[in-house]
This record gives sequence, C-alpha cells and structure tokens, in this order.
Amino acid sequence: MQRRRPSFAPLAALAAAGPLALAGCNSSQSALAPRGPHAGAVDTLTWLVFAGGTLIFLAVMLLLVAAILLRRDLTAWMTGNAFIIGFGIVFPVVTLTSLLTFSAFSSRALVTPAPRLRIEVVGEQFWWRVHYLDARGAATLVTANEIRIPVDTPVEFILKAQDVIHSFWVPNLAGKLDMIPGRVNSYVFAASEPGVYRGQCAEYCGAQHALMAFHVVAAPQAEFSAWLAQQTGDAIEPATPFLARGRQLFLDAGCGACHVIRGTPADGLLGPDLTRVGSRLSLAAGTFPVNIGTLAGWTSSAQHLKPGNLMPSFGNLRGAELRAIAAYLESLK
Amino acid sequence: MTVTSDHDRRRHAGVAVPESFPNPVPRPAAELEVLRRAWEQPHGWRIFTAVNNTYVGIAYIGVALLMFLLAGVLAVLMRTQLAVPENTLIGHDLYNQLFTMHGTIMMFLFAVPMVEAIGIYLIPNMLAARDLPFPRLSAYAFWTYAVGSVVFFGTLFFGVAPTGGWFMYPPLTSYVYSPGVSADFWLLGIGYIEISAIAGAIEIIVGILKTRAPGMSLEKIPVYCWAMLVFALMIVFAFPAIILATLLLELERAFHWPFFIAAKGGDPLLWQHLFWFFGHPEVYVIFLPAAGIVSMIVPTMVQSPLVGYRLVVIALIATGFISFGLWVHHMYATGLPQLSLSFFSAASMAVAIPSGIQVFAWIATMASGRLQFNTASLFILGFLFIFVLGGLTGVMVALVPFDWQVHDTYFVVAHFHYVLIGGMVFPMFAAFYYWYPTASREALSERLGRWVFALIFIGVNMTFFPMHFTGLLGMPRRVYTYISEMGWGELNLVSTIGAYMIAAGVALFVIDLVRKFKFSFEENKGNIWNAGTLEWLSTGTYASRSIPIVRSREPLWDQPRLARDAKEGRYFLPGAPTGDREALITSPIEASPQSILQIPDEHWGPFAAGVCTAGFFYMLTLKVLPVAALFALLAIAAILWWVWDLDRGPVRGPAEIGAGLSVPVYVTGPASHVWWAMAVLMLVAGTLFTCVVFSYFFLWLVNPAWPPAGTELPHLGWPIAAGIAYAASSLVIAWSSRALTRAPRGSPWRMRLPLLLAMPLYAAGAAVQLMAQWQAGVGPQDSGYGAMVYLFASLQLLFGGVLIIMACYTLVRSALGMQDGIRRGTFDATMLFWHYSVGQGIVALVVVSLFPRAVG
Repeated sequence: MQRRRPSFAPLAALAAAGPLALAGCNSSQSALAPRGPHAGAVDTLTWLVFAGGTLIFLAVMLLLVAAILLRRDLTAWMTGNAFIIGFGIVFPVVTLTSLLTFSAFSSRALVTPAPRLRIEVVGEQFWWRVHYLDARGAATLVTANEIRIPVDTPVEFILKAQDVIHSFWVPNLAGKLDMIPGRVNSYVFAASEPGVYRGQCAEYCGAQHALMAFHVVAAPQAEFSAWLAQQTGDAIEPATPFLARGRQLFLDAGCGACHVIRGTPADGLLGPDLTRVGSRLSLAAGTFPVNIGTLAGWTSSAQHLKPGNLMPSFGNLRGAELRAIAAYLESLK
Repeated sequence: MTVTSDHDRRRHAGVAVPESFPNPVPRPAAELEVLRRAWEQPHGWRIFTAVNNTYVGIAYIGVALLMFLLAGVLAVLMRTQLAVPENTLIGHDLYNQLFTMHGTIMMFLFAVPMVEAIGIYLIPNMLAARDLPFPRLSAYAFWTYAVGSVVFFGTLFFGVAPTGGWFMYPPLTSYVYSPGVSADFWLLGIGYIEISAIAGAIEIIVGILKTRAPGMSLEKIPVYCWAMLVFALMIVFAFPAIILATLLLELERAFHWPFFIAAKGGDPLLWQHLFWFFGHPEVYVIFLPAAGIVSMIVPTMVQSPLVGYRLVVIALIATGFISFGLWVHHMYATGLPQLSLSFFSAASMAVAIPSGIQVFAWIATMASGRLQFNTASLFILGFLFIFVLGGLTGVMVALVPFDWQVHDTYFVVAHFHYVLIGGMVFPMFAAFYYWYPTASREALSERLGRWVFALIFIGVNMTFFPMHFTGLLGMPRRVYTYISEMGWGELNLVSTIGAYMIAAGVALFVIDLVRKFKFSFEENKGNIWNAGTLEWLSTGTYASRSIPIVRSREPLWDQPRLARDAKEGRYFLPGAPTGDREALITSPIEASPQSILQIPDEHWGPFAAGVCTAGFFYMLTLKVLPVAALFALLAIAAILWWVWDLDRGPVRGPAEIGAGLSVPVYVTGPASHVWWAMAVLMLVAGTLFTCVVFSYFFLWLVNPAWPPAGTELPHLGWPIAAGIAYAASSLVIAWSSRALTRAPRGSPWRMRLPLLLAMPLYAAGAAVQLMAQWQAGVGPQDSGYGAMVYLFASLQLLFGGVLIIMACYTLVRSALGMQDGIRRGTFDATMLFWHYSVGQGIVALVVVSLFPRAVG
C-alpha cells in the first residue's frame, strides 16, 4: 500500500499565480460568529451554558478547596449525606431540568418558516454536488462546492450522499447534519447577513476528509437572482483562438468523460460540473482559489495535491497545453 | 495506629473483635508447608504457564501500559503534524492510520484491559480470596489480548493499519471504499480481543459474588469491588453489540452480505446503533472502575471512611443502567426525529447526577478527615479538576442544538479527553502510586511523582483546553491538516506543546516505575498509607494465610490485630485440605462459607490457546485459510487440554475449615461456580442474540417491503420441523439430567445415550432452518433481508458446533469414568448451553417465519 504522501510543495510554485487558499475572499468558519437565526440561537445557548458551567465549576472547586483546607469544625456541615444529596442530586436535578427546558425552547426557535428555495447537496468523496431545484424538484442548475443563497430567505437543503457518510456544516449559519447513503435529510436555515461563509465536511469520509470544504455566499435577493440567471444556460464560447485551443485540448484529453461543460460534448457526470468554474471562489472543494495557475497545477497534479481524490493527474500534458486548458477553464465565468 | 477520626470511632463502636477464632493456634507444623507447596509459583521459562491472579494481573497491567505508551506516541506524532497549518510532515494516509490506531488502542487495548487488569490484580486480595475462580480463563484472556494487541499495533509498520476511525462507520469501511485488509485487521482483531474482556468480566462477576471473605456481606464490599461488579455486568450487556457489529461488517466485507448497504436493503445507521449501544456504555465501563479506585484512595488519604457509601453504590448501579439509554447522543446529527433526540438528551443529562453524587461524596469524605498531600492524592485532586470540567462540557454536548454545532469538532475532542483522561488516566496514575507497595519492595518516588503530576496536569490542560475553542472556531476532528487562513494555527501550537509536556511526564513516570519495581509477594513495601481494606494484608503466594472474618468495611482499621491473626492461621481455611489450590466459596449476599473451590494451577494450555486464537484470527484476516483452520483446531485442543484436569469431583469428603464448619469440596448446580459462569455466559450470548433480533427489526423498519419484493417466505412446515427437532434435542438432555438426579449411581448410558441422540436432533434442526431459506430461493447476498435470515441460521450452526464439541467432550469423560451422576459439572455446563441454544433457535424461527406473516 504505497501511496504518495500529499504535499503542499507544488503550491509554492503556484504561489506566484495566486495566494494559497482563499485569503482574498475573507470567508469565515466559526460557530462563534453567527450570521443566521439558527446559529444565533445556538450561540446564545453556548454563552449561557459557558457562563453557567464556569460558575458551577468554580463552585465545585471552591467546595473542594474548603473541604481540604478549612478547620474541621467549619467543614462539619459537609460531612453528611445531606450535603451529598443537596449538591449531588437536588442541585443538578433543578439545574439540568431548567437547562433542558431552555434547550427545548431554543430548539423550537430553530424551526424556520416554509422554505422559499430548495437546494439539493450531495456529498461525494471529496466534494459537494449542488442542485438548485424548481417547485417540481427538477434541477434548474447544477454546480459544485459553492452555494449561493439570498439573505433573509429560509432555504431548504436536501442532503444526500453518493458514496460514504459526509456531514454538511456551515458553522456561521447552522449546526451540522449528516449525509447518509440511502437516506435523505432535510435542513432549513437562512443567512441574515450577506457574506461568504465557509463550510466543511464534518464526518470523516476517507483520505481527503480534511480537504472537503465549500462556500456559502449569501447575497441580497436581486444580486442572487442575477447570479442564478447568469449561471444557467450554456458555457460561454472561447473568445480567442488560444482559449478555443484550450477547449479542444480539454476535450481531447478526455476530461469530458467526468465533467460537464454545457454546450460542449463534455457530459461526464462523475466529477463537478465545470460550466462556470471560472466564476467560483474555490477549486478542489475549498482548497485553492480559482486562477490559471491553480487550474493548471490541479490538472497536472491532482493526485499530488489531494491524493486519493477521484481526479487523475494529467502529468502527460505539456506546459503550453496546460496553460491553454487552464486559461479556457478560467474563462468559463 | 488504627482509627483516626472521632467520626470513624463512633461509626464502628458496635464492632467487636471476636473473642474466639475459627481455628486455634499454634497450627500444625506441616500445614503451612502444604499450603505453600500448593501455591508454589512457576519460575524461569515456565512463567508462561502462570495463572495466579497476581502474575496474570501484573503482566496484564504491563501490556496495557505498553499500549498506553504506544498509543500516546501516536498522539504525539499527530500533534506534531497539526502544530502548524499545511504541515507536510505526515501524509494523509499515515495520519488517518494514526488517529484510527490511537483511538482504537486507547479505548480497546488500553483503557478496558487496564481497568480489568487492575481488577484481576486487586479483587481477590480485597476479598481475601486466594485467587480468582477461573485462573486459567484469565490467563487465556491475557494471552489472547497480549498477542492480539502486539500484532494489531504491528500493522502500522507494514502500512496496513486501519484508516476508518475508531468507530469504523460503513460504508467507508466496507469492501467498496476500503478494499484491502486494513479494515479486516480492525474488525477481526478488535472483535476477538473483546473475547478477553468478556472472559475477564465473567471471572470478576463470579469472583465478587462467590469468593468473598466470610462476613463480607453486600453492605461491606469495598466500593471498588462494587464498581467492578457493575463494570463487569456492563461488559456483559454492552460488548456483545460490538462483537455482533464487527461480525456483520466482516460478513459484508468477506462475503458481501449487505447489512449496511442501503441500495440492497441494508442501512449504514444500523452500524451506528450497534456501535454506540456498545460505545456509550464503554465510556462508563472505563470510568466506573476508576471511580471505584478514587473511592478507595480518598478514605485512606484522609484516614476516614467514605461518606455516603450507600449513595455511592447506588450511583454506580444507576450509572450502569442509565448509560445504556444514551447511545443516540452520538447520533444527534444523523437526522433522527426530534422527539427521540429529546429523550436521549434528557437521559444524557440524567447520567450526570450519579457522577455528581460521587464527586460530592469524595468532597464530603475529604471534609471529614485531613488530606495527606502525596502524589496519589495529587492525582486524585487533578482527577476532580479535569473530570468535573469534562463533565460540564458533557452536559453541554448533551444539548441537541449545541451538539449540532460542536459534534465531530475539536470541542468534542476536548470534551472526551477531559472525561477519559480525567476520569480514567488520572485515577490510574493515583492507583499506581497507591497500590505499588503491594507488589514491590519499594514505593514509587514522591519527589519524581510531583514532577510527573505537574507535567501531566499542566500538559493535559494545555493540550485540551484550547481545543474547545479550536472546535467552536470550526475545526473538524480527524483532519490531517488545515489551511493557514482558518486561523487555527496558534491554538493548535499550544495544544502540541501541551502534548509534549504530557509525554515528558509519562516518560518520567515510566522511568520511576521500572527503576523501583522489585517484585515480591512476602516482602513488599506493605501498608505504608495505613489503609483499611484487605488487599493490604501481608500475603504469600497463597494470598492471606487464613481467610479472615470481615465485620466492617475497613477491617484493618477496626480489627487492629487482624493482619497478625490471619497470618498466624487463626481464621478460616489456614491450610490446603485437598493438598491443592483452593478458595472458599461463600454465599452471594451474606458471604457465609458454602464450599471449598478447587482452583486450577499453572498450565501451558492458556498460553497455547491464547497464541493459537490470535493466530486463527490474524490468519483469517490475511485469508490464509488452511493455516487459520489449523490454528483453530490447535486453540480448541489447547482449551480442552487445560479444562481436562478441571471438574475433579469429590476428591475427598467434606473438609474442616474452622469454627466447626465442615464444607464439601465439590458441588454442582447453582451452588457451583461453573453454574454461575455459565449463567453469565448465557447472558452474554442472549445479549448478542437480542442485538441480532434488534438488527432484524431495524432493517424491517427501513425497508418498504419485508421480505423484499420477489422474495418468498419459506413454507411454514420448515420452521415447524426445525422447531420440533430443536425441542426434542433439549428434551432428551432434560430427561437425562432428571434421571441422573434421581439415581446418581445408575447406568452411565443415561448420560451417554441422550447426548448421542441430542446431537443429530440439534444438527437436523439447524440444517432445516438453513435449508428452509435456501429452498425458498433466498440468498444471503441478495438483500439485507437475506443476510439477516442467514445470520440467524448461521448463528445456530455456530452454536451447534460448540454444543457438539461440548457433548463429545462430556461423552469422552463419561467413557473414562470422569463424569457420572455425582461428578457432573461438565454435563451440567453442556446442558445449560444446550437449553440456551435451543431456546435461541426457537425464538429465531418465530422471528423469521411468523413475524413477517403477522405484519404482512
């Protein structure tokens, strides 16, 4: 079982083309910075239990120190069953019951109104397939690793798994929910502020679980509608002969066996849809920014950059060919 | 020095030291020599044959400690990789092996074996028993575990260590996404090593219930033994679930029986239910013995009895019960209905209460005496600090909405390390410092101990406290790297520095441990803490010279002369009436003497069987089937070899043990320890079978049609025929037993004929059960349904194989005149297991044949 060790070394070469990862896009992935009602309710609960927990911890430690250090006549009250029953039974029963009630109350607050947008997300080793659904459940747009939603709009995420168990998690917006083969989980939440929120797979799913991220971009409704309209339809035609050559090389190399570029013969369904790949924030499921350098590096060394993912390294392509393919892909906006 | 506090004196004012002892002194000169010779321990290379609990216990502790160190090294490697973002030191494949092995080894090959090993070492001494009731079984459990663990760890060096994480969720771990043998190493390796946990549990249950010192009624059992009793019972009810889960996944991997494949009517969530039905109780399986340890050390360190003994015992039992109702709290994020989540959330919080009771009982005890500061008590204080903090974050993760955020993040990593390190590792270190003088001529160094404690305590908090925030800042667990923009670098670096501090502390501890270990039975350092319980009696290879009468919970405090009187042989059983190793069997509640148990001595069988069992499972993993079969035969032969000289029968008439009491040296039925062990074993088998039935109903629930469309149920005639054959086999055995009871000295054929008849009857039943499905056109690979019904049938075949071995063994002994109406322990064991297997078969037939008709 000799597998190549992954290495970020090639990234040094890519550094000239673009900064590592998504430094520019200012995304956040923190449960402590809630940007939606769901995460907000949990955040409130978090601080409440933190405060309560800290107080209880300090109180218990204080009792412990008192039990050890105080004069015995001052600790006499601590040496009977009443002390154990009071602190060990009565106090936790009261506290825990109140906490449970409060938690149930905040769970109820998480039930959001009827969704106005439905998006199906399928977890695959090691990326996210995204389907925007119409009222009848048919896909109106297929994309990958990036989900755009309108702000203040409850969105239903229909979560499925293609291969193994994954977990869908955008901490700034909501808690996680698993994607399980053979099951369909559904989750409604909303973003209350425009912004880019990073999500990451939260159930260990194999070799590259660590590099299986995505972005949720929340935008005002008008901006979102414009984006949706722009994303549908066929890919734009190459504007220069260089880009046209890139497309030809893309098709000749067999990339279309796994990838779709609408309006071209590329119709493979194994990998991400690349029709608008140039407009996305990230490549390889939240791992690199999208630019000519990263696209070329990824095409030639996918197995080196993210070993174990299903994309082969196209090491046979020469530099000029790679540059043309990358430029073509980058132009797909 | 005896009793130190006024409180204590009041408490025990009513206890009087007996005016007269069971036996007069001086004892006959030859008596001690006979006792000593019976308990002579092996030397040199024959040490591999040792079965005595002290030897096995210390070796067991040693291997468990080795596993702790090895898994700790893996943790340090992982922390090194995560110290900085985008580190290229360790690749994803090795990292995934590291975290899988770290978790698996720490949980299965360190924590459970360590607490069990400490129990094997301490329990007989605490009860003033000479040994455990089944020493060869514990030796077998040890060798199985020792060989298995070392081989399992060795897979790392060949790059074939499992990568599925310690909870091995399918489908990732099934044949499609984990081809190769690495997952099989986990499933077969860990699956079978659990056999040793169960063997130890049987030993501990029977030991605590049946071999206590006279007078040690339930009220006077040391809290540690109560904890170990609950611990062992929890193993009995929890571990079959993981054994079944590993069996199902291995069947899926090896033969493509689709238990967990959704497309074929299986369900990946079935694994999670089975795994966590084991996995959550497992946490308390680890914690309860540690809590028991704390309840022993605190009273000694403050020289005052435990406050709230009854509350603590109730808390231990309550923890055992509640812990079986929590498993779903590992599955909050799987999309289960809100209502069931609320139930499990409430149960998860409720389990905090028994722990709270114990914490305040320990505080109350400290308040009633004066705490001596030494390394053991420092580790107890460290335990309280870390465990209480971990318990509070446990209440947090029990809250469903909060858990949705932190589940599978570093917050949870922080939480369970606080609970497990606080709840188990710190008490373990305290136990080492505290009980070390019972095994060694020297105590551990107090000067180094302060350093050990400081490094580990600060290190643990430095490693794991920041992880709460790393998790809330969005870092999932089980990632081999992270990109620098996430901003997790600083917190991770702090955690890594902390991990190195822990490593330094542990290294210092190990140096001291090795340096000071001067093993001795009779000249150990002894009761340097002035503890009150019986494990501190001065002992020889035979444990206590005579078995004392226990009149309180801290006999050494309340009967100052006890150690001397016991050593002089004034109490029960000062010699060896049969000339061999013996223990006193007492009644389970009041602990009054009932009989003398003949205890087996050293033997090569357990070692050979342990090595061959490991060989069998690992050869099976590597799919070298002929060699595997050879190892299986050798293992069975070795087991039969070691049991051959057991069940010795009434080698002499009732023996005088003192105080005019004359007790038999051979008993059968419910009075015998074998009967009790079989009862526990049947509980294990019954739990396993219940999990099979649960799995069947679970898959029924997730499938739209049952049996699936196009599949026929077998004609009712088949299961009826199978049921009749099963029942008939049981009836002839029952008839035999009655005939033997009525006329114990009648013809030996009243044992042999029924056994000869019962074997084909049972085999016919099992064959018909299997054939029924086959002729109905169902195959085990077709669907989850098919896999389930063949599982039921296969289980009956497997049990049938065991029954036939047992029956043939009984027949051979009968033919050689070693089994008859009086000496019938072997027959009784066979009979009990026979009735159980038949009952299980009939329930299986009802579930598989009648249930689908009833609902369909």
